[in-house]
Amino acid sequence: MADTADVVIIGAGALGAACAYFATEQGLRVHIVERGEVAGGTTSACEGNLLVSDKEAGHELDLALYSNQVWRRDLAPHNHLWEFENKGGLIVAATESGAQNLAELARRQRDAGIDVTDVAADEVHAYEPHLTKNLTAAAHYPQDCQVQPMLMAAQLIRIARERGARIWTRTEVTDLHRDGDSVTGVVTSRGTIHADHVINAAGTWAGDIAQLAGVHVPILPRRGFVLITEPLPRTVFHKVYSGDYVASTTSSDEGLQTSTVIEGTRAGTILIGSSRERVGFDATVSLPALRQIAAKALILYPVLAKTKIMRNYHGFRPYCADHLPVIGHDPRAPGMWHAAGHEGAGIGLSVGSAKLLVQQLTGREPDLDLTPFAPERFDLVEAS
Amino acid sequence: MTEHPRDITATSPRYDVAVVGAGPAGLAAAVTAAEAGCRVVLVDAGQQPGGQYWRHPDETAPRGDESLGHHDWSTFAGLRTRLHGLVRRQRITYLPRRQVWFVQRPSTGDEPPAHTLHLTTAYAGADGGDDGPDAVTGDAVILCPGGYDRQLPIPGWDLPGVMAAGGVQALLKGHRTVAGRRAIVAGTGPFLLPVATGLAQAGADVVAVCEAGSITGWSRDPLAAAAVPGKGREALEYATALIRHRIPYRQRTAITAIRGTDTVQSVELSRLDREGRIRKQAGTVDVDLVALGWGFTPSLELVTATGAATRKDIDDSLVAVVDEEQRATVPGIYVAGEATGVGGAVLAVAEGELAGLITARDQRAAVSQESVRALQKRITRHRRFAAAMHTAHPVPRHWHDWLHPETTVCRCEEVSYQQVCGARDDLGAGDARTVKLMARPGMGWCQGRVCGFASAKLAAAREGRALTADDLRPTAKQPFAAPISLEQLAEGPQHE
Ligand SMILES: Cc1cc2nc3c(=O)[nH]c(=O)nc-3n(C[C@H](O)[C@H](O)[C@H](O)COP(=O)(O)OP(=O)(O)OC[C@H]3O[C@@H](n4cnc5c(N)ncnc54)[C@H](O)[C@@H]3O)c2cc1C
Ligand SMILES: Cc1cc2nc3c(=O)[nH]c(=O)nc-3n(C[C@H](O)[C@H](O)[C@H](O)COP(=O)(O)OP(=O)(O)OC[C@H]3O[C@@H](n4cnc5c(N)ncnc54)[C@H](O)[C@@H]3O)c2cc1C
Repeated sequence: MADTADVVIIGAGALGAACAYFATEQGLRVHIVERGEVAGGTTSACEGNLLVSDKEAGHELDLALYSNQVWRRDLAPHNHLWEFENKGGLIVAATESGAQNLAELARRQRDAGIDVTDVAADEVHAYEPHLTKNLTAAAHYPQDCQVQPMLMAAQLIRIARERGARIWTRTEVTDLHRDGDSVTGVVTSRGTIHADHVINAAGTWAGDIAQLAGVHVPILPRRGFVLITEPLPRTVFHKVYSGDYVASTTSSDEGLQTSTVIEGTRAGTILIGSSRERVGFDATVSLPALRQIAAKALILYPVLAKTKIMRNYHGFRPYCADHLPVIGHDPRAPGMWHAAGHEGAGIGLSVGSAKLLVQQLTGREPDLDLTPFAPERFDLVEAS
Repeated sequence: MTEHPRDITATSPRYDVAVVGAGPAGLAAAVTAAEAGCRVVLVDAGQQPGGQYWRHPDETAPRGDESLGHHDWSTFAGLRTRLHGLVRRQRITYLPRRQVWFVQRPSTGDEPPAHTLHLTTAYAGADGGDDGPDAVTGDAVILCPGGYDRQLPIPGWDLPGVMAAGGVQALLKGHRTVAGRRAIVAGTGPFLLPVATGLAQAGADVVAVCEAGSITGWSRDPLAAAAVPGKGREALEYATALIRHRIPYRQRTAITAIRGTDTVQSVELSRLDREGRIRKQAGTVDVDLVALGWGFTPSLELVTATGAATRKDIDDSLVAVVDEEQRATVPGIYVAGEATGVGGAVLAVAEGELAGLITARDQRAAVSQESVRALQKRITRHRRFAAAMHTAHPVPRHWHDWLHPETTVCRCEEVSYQQVCGARDDLGAGDARTVKLMARPGMGWCQGRVCGFASAKLAAAREGRALTADDLRPTAKQPFAAPISLEQLAEGPQHE
């Protein structure tokens, strides 16, 4: 396999696929190395929402808004390939204090540039006729979208291959080729590939790759379960969730947390997520987590009481302590790049992150400042 | 890790042994363990004992001779009498119409490592919950979930009037109903014979039995066949019945397409070579019932849910790894019957009995070592016979050549052969799981119980490699072994 490339990408999930797409767009010669199958990692165990609504004002929201544009503009010609749907999101509140919190969240988000409409209690059912009647307020987010994430990753890779990229599946990166501190290629189970740049898009396992480069990038797994119902006639039209979701995505609590996120899919099934737990890579199915998700879903949609759950699945979100991803060049190991740690938003953020990374890699000024996502930020925190 | 007690087990009754399935294996396991002194609970989705093999008309409305169309009925009658006796003496708690939907693994430090089985009502339409406990706990669990029909898509297989051979047999045995008037039986393996003779005895005109393989294949291991004399006698009986009903038996012949508009009208027959390629057309036959039998797929959901190891068997089925005492690789879990390898009811009974004895012995009951050895010998003989049978009757290697691009592979999600190929050729899906994620075969209501085996075969064939256990595992991995309602799921405790 001894080979050379401009760029080697480690991992064929959402992030690796998006990096391959934007790198080949710039005419770079790309090799993708994936130890499993295309899109077989966390990208195959998520929900495919592209959200701005679940983010507080801040760096992640800036990235989400930027990504939202990339989806709508750069990828417009391809969006049909991965069932892109601009369905909009609806956050609901069931108490007076919840309504107040939601109004304040919406105000902050509006100031940060999100398109959001306040929805009064008596207007909610014009959006979602089957929601519970016991609601105090809602907010509508027209920018929220959805894709089929496995198709999205596989199709981006297909396009990259058409532009000359090569993909090696069932091939594991076991070491990095080094020249002093610099990274100059990858050693795989099938041989070595020399490259000017190596992009670490290994998701929840990206910390291990960083270690091979002698650098510290602390990415941890945060487990999440999702329930899938039998196929139904369209019952849920937007992506619907309760206000406590935003608090849960930004929390660092280790214990079990669930917050309801409900959405219909093209196939008629409804996805009900999700839980957040820090339990390492424990794959044991947790009945309490599933029960909590079910109970909270029923509060929003009592009409689903008799609906059958066909199955459940889980994945391990790649999580950093400050809830921000790691994007860009690693000055501690020249030639090493990271695009990982996007936690519960890696599908939505993938294309924006990849486009910015490739801008930096090809010597251009990134459209959005990447400093908040710098890989070396953890050393500074831990040293202080 | 847990501060709270496990609420569920605090309320779910605990038994020495929990047996799942009241087919040949499960019945034998339950009565054997109970007679050796264990407190046993027997959970079964069926209305009445017997499983697939001893399926019989409603016991509460008897109509004539129960044993009609059955081999080994006396074995069943004996097991059933023992079961009823043990239930009366409160040594077995028998829970029919209850389905296990979730297996909860033991908490860390639990000794012995008890598994909790969560139960739901097995019949659609009935309200869940009022039919018995919602969960039972077993210090040992014997899984005997049997299997279901293995199906292979061919052009036209989704027309009404096309049935799996086991389904035809189930209607005959359970309801004495014939699904058509003019029938053809095709596929591979000895199971085609009882289906054809059963149909003929029930009054259908059976135009042919088409065997894709060849029965001379058996002679490759004559010792294996000789080791199980009962099987030879059974085969002779079926052969005689075929002659009596003038049913032609055509070897190396398959139905390669089914025609019809609203329902089946005719089938196209082809002669096959040794590898299952079409050698030449062999005519068209008008029929209104097609019974296709390609063997059985063991139910591995429960085994997989326990975390026990699985492997690919000689017939390309995913099965549980067990030791010579029916122990799975997870402490406290035992497996018997089809889930350890498809091998028929006699073998299933022997394995069930052995599992019953061993669970009793593992819980310090006195058990005759001689009985254990005798059972092990019987199991070895029957396993060898089953292996010879599987070798002689493989799924035709080139079956996928019979498909057209538009042939439906997954009926629930309406996925065509072309789409399955596209997932690999365009999108790089190199295994069955990835094909499923990209093209959706097996994502629908049946969760791949119908198309899972076929999709796995197609994924491997398209890659130009042999089927692996990993291709089969995604279908077996069903964290909910049965669907339950959102309401029911929400009911239990939400904290560990
Ligand atoms: C329950 C749940 C719901 C979610 N819902 C959403 C949602 O609605 N919207 C959203 O945007 N995000 C969601 N996410 C998050 C999203 O799934 C992830 O952020 C995203 O998939 C991460 O993509 P990735 O490419 O970084 O990682 P992955 O998809 O895991 O890809 C990394 C790849 O690297 C490979 N790899 C690792 N090590 C090596 C090595 N040494 N050699 C070669 N290859 C290697 C792996 O095999 C893997 O395929 C959800 C996550 C979960 C768990
Ligand atoms: C449709 C069909 C028809 C068949 N007909 C014949 C025939 O005529 N002749 C022949 O020689 N062989 C036949 N076979 C093969 C024969 O069934 C097996 O050789 C034999 O029954 C295996 O015994 P077992 O105990 O392993 O499984 P089974 O007899 O299949 O018994 C398994 C039992 O477990 C129950 N079960 C499964 N999962 C659960 C769960 N989650 N919760 C609760 N209960 C559960 C099932 O309801 C069933 O009652 C048939 C197979 C099938 C699938």
